[in-house]
Amino acid sequence: MKHILKTIAIISISLMALASKAEIQIYITEGRSDARPVAVVPFKFESESAVQAQPPFDFAKIIADDLRRSGKFNPTEISKLPHHPYSIDQVNLEQWRKLGVDGVVYGTVTQTASGNYMVSYDLIDPFNDKAIFSADIADGSYPLIPTSSHLMVLKTKVVDNDNFRWGAHIAADEIYEALTGERGAFATQIAYVEVNRNDPRPYQLFVADSDGFNAKRIFASRSPIMSPTWSPDSSQLSYVTFENGRSEIVIQDIASGQREIVASYKGFNSAPAWSPDGSNMVVVLSKDGNPELYLLELATKRLQRLTRHYAIDTEPSWAPDGKSLIFTSDRGGRPQIYRIRLADKKVDRVTFEGIHNAGAEFTPDGKGIVMVHQANGSYHIAAQDLATGQLTVLTKTTLDESLSIAPNGSMIIYSTVDGGQKVLSAVSMDGRFKARLPATVGEVKAPAWSPFIL
Amino acid sequence: MKRSVQLLLALTAALSLAACSTTKPEEEQVDTTAQEDAAAQAEAEALARQRAAEEAERQRIAALLDENVIYFDFDDDSIRSEYVEVLEAHAGYAKSSGKSVVLEGHADERGTPEYNLALGERRAKSVAQLMRTYGVSDSNIDVISFGEESPANPAHNEEAWQENRRVEIKYQ
Repeated sequence: MKHILKTIAIISISLMALASKAEIQIYITEGRSDARPVAVVPFKFESESAVQAQPPFDFAKIIADDLRRSGKFNPTEISKLPHHPYSIDQVNLEQWRKLGVDGVVYGTVTQTASGNYMVSYDLIDPFNDKAIFSADIADGSYPLIPTSSHLMVLKTKVVDNDNFRWGAHIAADEIYEALTGERGAFATQIAYVEVNRNDPRPYQLFVADSDGFNAKRIFASRSPIMSPTWSPDSSQLSYVTFENGRSEIVIQDIASGQREIVASYKGFNSAPAWSPDGSNMVVVLSKDGNPELYLLELATKRLQRLTRHYAIDTEPSWAPDGKSLIFTSDRGGRPQIYRIRLADKKVDRVTFEGIHNAGAEFTPDGKGIVMVHQANGSYHIAAQDLATGQLTVLTKTTLDESLSIAPNGSMIIYSTVDGGQKVLSAVSMDGRFKARLPATVGEVKAPAWSPFIL
Repeated sequence: MKRSVQLLLALTAALSLAACSTTKPEEEQVDTTAQEDAAAQAEAEALARQRAAEEAERQRIAALLDENVIYFDFDDDSIRSEYVEVLEAHAGYAKSSGKSVVLEGHADERGTPEYNLALGERRAKSVAQLMRTYGVSDSNIDVISFGEESPANPAHNEEAWQENRRVEIKYQ
């Protein structure tokens, strides 16, 4: 594997010194040598305010880190940039062509008042003089100079101290989409469970930005927390809690913290999965003797039983069109992935390779699934194309579980054991980019990537 | 299939054990004083032996009741024959004390958490089934699964996994 650069701990983007509580850090463990070169020029800082205060974070660095963390881009080191333009009329196209970068990002952060900033940033393609923004430039403030035809992104945003980082993630999404044609997923969040056995309430549910920053604890308990999952509008989380001595399913509103128990039946209550339209949930209950999938209508709390088998049926995941679900069942003797159509409850087996496949999720385009696949006693993340049935093992870690796919389908976050600790890890959908996301405190597991947030 | 065979073997073993433990006191009628003394002494010795046997049995049961964790093989819910005596003792205690039995099922961390929650319940139900066979009423048994969420040993190795694949027997 010559084309893969191994073990480069490039970015440690958690503010460890400032972190008063646990955050996750991201270390790239396997990068792609074919990652596209881009340049992100440090932004110019200006102030219109009498009291000058540097912005809380480096806007350009957040963009560069996001692009690098996608695995698809390799931002050029700042020391190797030929010059530092701040606006389009300063750009020397020839120098950037010589550097050979696919894109150049530059911009200005202007302090308008204490803690308030106006951020302007552009992306240009030095090799493409027929980029897309001529119409926008005509009614904008940019002069119609020849360089402007290379513009791919031209933006101005107002941010404050609180949403400064978020604004930078949105900028990274815009730049990523302009360069790849695929929507970016940097301005998204990750929910995860942290276990800190030294804490009187060791089980803690966190929500953090996709780069691990801004970790906020939204629930803590003396008893285990399982299976967090986002509502399609990303305003709520559902999860399994043992706070009353046995498993129950709750829905928690993230902004208000308000909680509601939606399933507390005899036996266990587990594996909540929101329908794509948010009106229903499929849950797994053992109230009728053994684990079965039930459709729970959230408005009425009415239950409709979906599966009927003495084997274990669990881990439901909705198809993006909401017409079918995949789930894990050991009805064939060992756990495998099956698919159930809601219209007629017809069940078909989906996985045939390997003796143990479980915890599967549909890819956002509905054309494939990603699962935990056991091979030779090790548990790896694997992807399967639904049309061809072809299965590809993506990871080398051996105790993988609890996978969750980024809303643009580019990356998979999952839980595994590394260095004797339970940590989160990420792998690109093609398996060529890998990162490790340890916590600063305790162990982390059960990651859930949010839908697009906007 | 595998599970029901093990259960049958277990029951057979338990029944033959019960048959061995019944004893027949030897008695002979004699009428001399010396013989009476000897008889009295023999009777006292027999009583002492019986008491010792009862005490030993009490201690055996107490030791069995001290054992309140049943361990399982990987991805398996069948009860190993070594635990049959333990579960018989617990069933006896549950019946005589009138307490409710709480069976907490657990799994090791391998495989997925939601599947392991189901596996933990299956193990606890497997223990519940044997206790019902020994006469504990269903209404006195409560089954709770914690899956892989509450390990006895939080390490990530084979030794820990063996300790974590378990059902804990508790009373309420």
